[in-house]
Amino acid sequence: MHGLIARTLQCFLQDTYGYAAWQDIARRARFEAAEFEAMLDYDMVTVEQVLDGAVVHLGKPREVILEDIGTYLITHSNNEGLRRLMRYGGVDFIEFLHSLEDLPGRAQLAVADLDLPVLELGDDSPGAFVLACQAGQRSLPGFGYVLVGVLRAMADDYGALVILDHRGILEEAEIIGITVVETDFAEGRDFDLAAAPALRREAAS
Amino acid sequence: MILPSDTLDALCPMHMHIGADGGVRRMGPTLRKLMEGAAGEGAQFAEMMDVFRPRRVGTVPDLLALSGRRLQLRLCRGSQMVLKGLAMPDGQGGVIVNMSFGIAVVDAVREHALTSTDFAVTDLAIDMLYLVEAKSAAFEASRTLNRRLQGAMLAAEQRAYTDTLTGLRNRRALDHVLQRLLLEGGNFALLHIDLDYFKQVNDTHGHAAGDRVLQAVARVMLELTRKDDTVARIGGDEFVILLVGLTDRVRLSALAEQLIHRIERPIPVEDVECRVSASIGIAFGAPKTGARPGAEELMERADSALYRAKRQGRAQHAFDEPTPVEDLR
Repeated sequence: MHGLIARTLQCFLQDTYGYAAWQDIARRARFEAAEFEAMLDYDMVTVEQVLDGAVVHLGKPREVILEDIGTYLITHSNNEGLRRLMRYGGVDFIEFLHSLEDLPGRAQLAVADLDLPVLELGDDSPGAFVLACQAGQRSLPGFGYVLVGVLRAMADDYGALVILDHRGILEEAEIIGITVVETDFAEGRDFDLAAAPALRREAAS
Repeated sequence: MILPSDTLDALCPMHMHIGADGGVRRMGPTLRKLMEGAAGEGAQFAEMMDVFRPRRVGTVPDLLALSGRRLQLRLCRGSQMVLKGLAMPDGQGGVIVNMSFGIAVVDAVREHALTSTDFAVTDLAIDMLYLVEAKSAAFEASRTLNRRLQGAMLAAEQRAYTDTLTGLRNRRALDHVLQRLLLEGGNFALLHIDLDYFKQVNDTHGHAAGDRVLQAVARVMLELTRKDDTVARIGGDEFVILLVGLTDRVRLSALAEQLIHRIERPIPVEDVECRVSASIGIAFGAPKTGARPGAEELMERADSALYRAKRQGRAQHAFDEPTPVEDLR
């Protein structure tokens, strides 16, 4: 599994519950390296064990933790760069939804060996969408819950009012129902193309 | 066929429509933004933009002659940025010049606070901006890993070259420095130091006391040598000091005596005082006579000098080469 995903899990636990909690979870999972590196590969088993460790340590269901990770990815200030990348998907939430199928390809443009699940968007009726998330062999089962968290946070980011529900698994794909009630329900967050991310400045120095 | 202006604006937000008389008929919304409000429509196109490649053009026929070619031009108003351009006839004697930022798009977006609506939806500019940001993030992650690995490598190297008890260099580090000095060919002195009465300290007061003595001796050696000298512990109570460029026998003798003198000071360990002394053998990297020794031979020479020092009754130092008579004068 790609280190970026493993590292995300670690950063989420650290940033949300503190470093001590992370160390405890890593110990519980018998994860000896104690730190995931974003640019290395890890055994799926190792990442699964850490996630199991988090379930026990936090006393929260796996699905809830996964969804929280999705929200964290978009809303935490440490991930501003990622939020910006997601906002490139479109000028409003509907356009963003329509760009979701491109997401794995876009991710691979940046990190060639990052395998994200295949996404397929269908629309039932105006404003009602169904997103099928087909995780490959190398993806974490339950990725759909992460996606629910991401979508919920992105809806907030665009200022859209949406209803999301994870409908379980159909033919090996996780199914997410998305109902867009209103696209400009609230003031969204800014997305300024010109706001050069801090990352770029650091990398240049 | 002439297109409705809204259509042209949407398809080519950075176009300039020039009439047969050279007057600017219309500019796309993004181009207007770049001109920063400078009056456009009605002016002569040559006042608005300066086409300088493949050659300078000032008239509509000149521009038409370059249709289909890649143009480089500079806006004369507003940002005055350099753009890529393509000029094609409008079918009515005029020209439509469509423009693009090329790779300068990242800077252009920042300078003019452009948004995605300033680009045609078919334009790859937004995808390029996305890619630049995504690649920067990925690259930064890579660099972070590299920095961490480098830090870990330096720490591991440091550990591999350090004697953990005293913090001095170890045998491996000494071999490394010695090889380098011999290769460089300059002269240097090698002091082989062996503690006297150390075994008694160990036997009487235990190993912990022995360790404290070794640490105290190491401190003395560091204090009496220069920053660039190499001080290494190469065995239980055996040390080697490499002194680069210092080959003056008088100064070396003085240093050796000072080392012995300081090492002989009682070392308090808990409630006892431990006393040791030292014998020192000194050899040179570039001896006055004979061929340059290899690392092994040099160590042997220092070792036999040390042996002589010990035989002279300990707490002494001896040189590998007998002191030439002229040096004594």
